[in-house]
Amino acid sequence: MERYEIRLSGSGGQGLLLGGIILAEGAINDGRNSVQTQSYGPEARGGASKSEVIISSEEIDFPKVRNCDILLSLTQKAYDEYNEGLKEDGILIVDSSVNAVKSGNIKIYSIPIIDSAVKDLGKPMVTNIVALGVLVEITKVISKESLEKAVLERVPKGTEELNRKALAKGYEIANKLM
Amino acid sequence: MKSKARLMQGNEACVEGAIAAGMRFYAGYPITPSTEIAELSAERLPLVGGRFMQMEDEIGGMAAIIGASLTGAKSMTATSGPGFSLKQENIGYASIAEVPCVIVNVQRGGPSTGMPTSPAQGEIMQARWGTHGDHPVIALTPSSVRETFDLTIKAFNFAEKYRTPVILLMDEVIGHMREKVQLPDPSEIEIIDRKRPDCSSEEYLPYEADNDLVPPMADFGTGYRYHVTGLVHDETGFPSNSTAVADKLIRRLSNKIEIHRDEIESWEEENTEDAEVLILSYGCVARSSKSAMNILRERGIKAGTFRPITIWPFPEKRLRELAAKVKTIVVPEMNLGQLVLEVERICGCNAKIEKLNKVSCEIIYPEEIVSKIEEVL
Repeated sequence: MERYEIRLSGSGGQGLLLGGIILAEGAINDGRNSVQTQSYGPEARGGASKSEVIISSEEIDFPKVRNCDILLSLTQKAYDEYNEGLKEDGILIVDSSVNAVKSGNIKIYSIPIIDSAVKDLGKPMVTNIVALGVLVEITKVISKESLEKAVLERVPKGTEELNRKALAKGYEIANKLM
Repeated sequence: MKSKARLMQGNEACVEGAIAAGMRFYAGYPITPSTEIAELSAERLPLVGGRFMQMEDEIGGMAAIIGASLTGAKSMTATSGPGFSLKQENIGYASIAEVPCVIVNVQRGGPSTGMPTSPAQGEIMQARWGTHGDHPVIALTPSSVRETFDLTIKAFNFAEKYRTPVILLMDEVIGHMREKVQLPDPSEIEIIDRKRPDCSSEEYLPYEADNDLVPPMADFGTGYRYHVTGLVHDETGFPSNSTAVADKLIRRLSNKIEIHRDEIESWEEENTEDAEVLILSYGCVARSSKSAMNILRERGIKAGTFRPITIWPFPEKRLRELAAKVKTIVVPEMNLGQLVLEVERICGCNAKIEKLNKVSCEIIYPEEIVSKIEEVL
């Protein structure tokens, strides 16, 4: 049975909740099932937040991540709090600012996601979209066409071009490291 | 035609279901994790000719939907634990005054303000006995996004049909979870509207029940003037101190649900034909139970699941039948043991009943249910 458990973690306000929704919608565009859940503290900004997505070709009963295949962490705090449960052979994608501990056969990709959004694109608000580009380029968990369609259906009108650029940036910086 | 499959949140499905059922009035005071229900109702209602009203608190929200319903508008409010406590007095008012309305409680960790963003199932007994006095209750509990849509419609239908407040008991997991759903074509949805009087306003006795024990209900503002009170009242709606009137009224309120149990009760069961151990759960935990059942079956343990969809009234007859067949019933709940009390009452000594309780405000994991069962078998 093909089933992927994905956890996106970072700081509240980085847009990872929306990131999880887009990823789950991308999976539906691919014709598969998906469930997205979230966990966050009472604060609206800051703190550690996570958005979890399960993608499967079958029915999804238990909706939370237990054996995480793919973990994305954009901040140290989120990494420290949510790295438990990553599979022995899982994929860990972290922002370059995060110190990740190597263990088992976990593949670690340390990528300047935040810097690319802030410095290269000049728009911190597309950090989540850059991160999705990176994640999909590395893991191929959904198709790029489905991802792009899902992104464009969710982002505010007038920002389509910027978000396309953010996705391309994500693909590009992931490719440099692969 | 069915709608296109799309990702939808549980709270969103509740609003979609409410609109489909004919909700035209929402009043409330937003509270996590039910806030999206208020937000989306505010967005959607004006587009269908309805009204949204943010009240000063949850008590006001409950009062407002009672008032709106008396004018004929299908009405709903949504809240979480602290607000559910505040609404209790007016839920009793709706109950004795027989005003149809839907109250959604997206359960979070309690008591008091507890854990606002985390799930729990602490209001099972409050849903039954939260307001004082003997009163009928219908409470439905969904365990998926699509089911939230369906049960919201059912909640409105029951409220209208039996003139009673109906509680939709959700939890944070189901309320905030997004999953792939396909909504039915509107033509496939059964919508029930309250009975209205077919006599003239002069002849109308507002609390004179038909054979189904439910009195026809006139809309305020249509010329049918009558008195509505939380006091015990006779057929005219005016208060009464008569012991006979009190006895008749309280018994009728309770019996109008009791005699329709077969129409109201619903549940879902899986692998019960040969089950030796039955996992009985509801809401988000039912999803854990299903995963647990599959793991146990792979290990050669004959496990089945039973999920009450109406937790009140509880599908008592069916559970009693199953209790005679299975050896053990495990009841995982995100509380310290609430619905298990009802299960124990119903099953008596027919089966061994084991509790599995979690109050850390996170969902029960399938592995926890599996371990429990392997331990007790």
